[in-house]
Amino acid sequence: MNDVTLGAPLLDVSGVTLQYKTREHLITATYRVDFKVYPSDRFILLGPSGCGKSTLLKAVGGYLQPVEGEIRLKGSPIGRPGPDRMMVFQEFDQLLPWKTVLENVMFPLVASGKLHGAAARDKAMHYIDKVNLTKFADSFPHMLSGGMKQRVAIARGMAMEPDILLMDEPFAALDALTRRKMQDELLQLWDETRFTVLFVTHSIPEAITIGNRILLLSPHPGQVKAEINSLARGDTDPVRAKELEDRINAMLFSDRIEQEEAAHE
Amino acid sequence: MSDAARTLPHRPEIHRETEQAKTFGVVEKPLSAWERVYNLGFVRKLALLAVLALAWELYARSIDNSLIFPTFSATARALYEGFVEGGLLLRAWTSIRVLLMGYAAGLALAAVLTVLAITTRVGTDLLETLTAMFNPLPAIALLPLALIWFGLGEASLIFVLIHSVLWAVALNTHSGFMSVSMTLRMVGRNYGLTGLRYVAGILIPAAFPSILTGLKIGWAFAWRTLIAAELVFGVSSGSGGLGWFIYENKNLLEIQNVFAGLFTVILIGLLVENVIFRTVEIRTIRKWGMQH
Repeated sequence: MNDVTLGAPLLDVSGVTLQYKTREHLITATYRVDFKVYPSDRFILLGPSGCGKSTLLKAVGGYLQPVEGEIRLKGSPIGRPGPDRMMVFQEFDQLLPWKTVLENVMFPLVASGKLHGAAARDKAMHYIDKVNLTKFADSFPHMLSGGMKQRVAIARGMAMEPDILLMDEPFAALDALTRRKMQDELLQLWDETRFTVLFVTHSIPEAITIGNRILLLSPHPGQVKAEINSLARGDTDPVRAKELEDRINAMLFSDRIEQEEAAHE
Repeated sequence: MSDAARTLPHRPEIHRETEQAKTFGVVEKPLSAWERVYNLGFVRKLALLAVLALAWELYARSIDNSLIFPTFSATARALYEGFVEGGLLLRAWTSIRVLLMGYAAGLALAAVLTVLAITTRVGTDLLETLTAMFNPLPAIALLPLALIWFGLGEASLIFVLIHSVLWAVALNTHSGFMSVSMTLRMVGRNYGLTGLRYVAGILIPAAFPSILTGLKIGWAFAWRTLIAAELVFGVSSGSGGLGWFIYENKNLLEIQNVFAGLFTVILIGLLVENVIFRTVEIRTIRKWGMQH
């Protein structure tokens, strides 16, 4: 696959500096971040807390404008939030509690004018089926477990067939067992539909499992440390995974060790 | 390793077979008929009402003065007669009609104010200032002014009703909008919803528990205000409302009719709360898991 020349990037983030204000401070979240996402990438933003990875994702989502640099999706700059970049959030309350599972998945289809009536319903059911929730199509979100809610959110995102799916630590609030299962399911969905996803996580093993390309960010403010390839899809060799994990660990935490050494001298 | 950890004794592992569910008695069994009946809220409330009515009857009989405190049975009879021949229903309808007009106008104004408040910062300031000024002002205190401005009649009543509904509803709705979670807001914008579609599609249903509370408080305020206002200036065109009915019968010393009038006010209040608002609640926020 590496021999094939890459076409135009789907998402082009170039020199992006992001700042936001709290009540007392102006905070620079990321400083001149560059990366390119190509179609069917499972692109991971990885870094410790405070590296601005979620802020970066929100900027791609259109919730925040860069103070410097540019974010382009299919060549045109991103201005505001829109259904061509569906978000999956970490919080379980991202589903609309007044709508059933089916209505939740249908709503963005109808609201954005993409599909109507029976067509919207069929499309929604197709993706609800893909995340194995057919039996729960008429349930309300409060009747579902955390993992099921996240599956609905994923189905909702995928049903829109967006240019890129933005996932902000969607499995972080799940228990370890459910989390493993959800990661496998997400990969299976990718095998079937080859969607493009930009995925934020602070877990190195999750990044290696899910991603094909990993962007490492350093904290305060977030800057690109490296952009590396992950294991190929289907490569489950634990030795290679461990090696990669150690390599990432070394890259992410080398500063800290240097600082500690400096302090000791 | 510390000394304490080193001295921990070695313990053997334990493995067990779990037993089949049928070997240990009850796993799940239906509640008895009495428990199920007692679990129904309206049964408990009806029982309470029956006890109160009995206490009333006994106390009134012990006083034995129908000019001060008529018995429950006399009141019930007056109520029945009022409904059948005394035009009590007509009086009630006169009140309710005016009430609904005032309530609807108040809600419409509250909607305009809150939409202004969430879309602009000046709107927020305006709503906060106006509510702080007018919410503590009793509607009845505005009645003399209303009489000068709008004269004796429905217009004055509607004016004070709007005042009593508007602030409570606007305040609750606005605070409901403010407490909609950031995630839901971002979801709504992600769908590309803006303006009124965003308000109607995301904010109103998400804030519905607060909005419903506002509607209930507004309704109760309006009801109180109306009866009080009718007591003060009574009748305009020959057919006064419930407040006027109460006032009239006090003058005629028909105290059991006064009680019957009050009783009607209470009954309508109970009906609206327990039938209308309750149904809305069950069909919305309870079904959605927003209230338990």
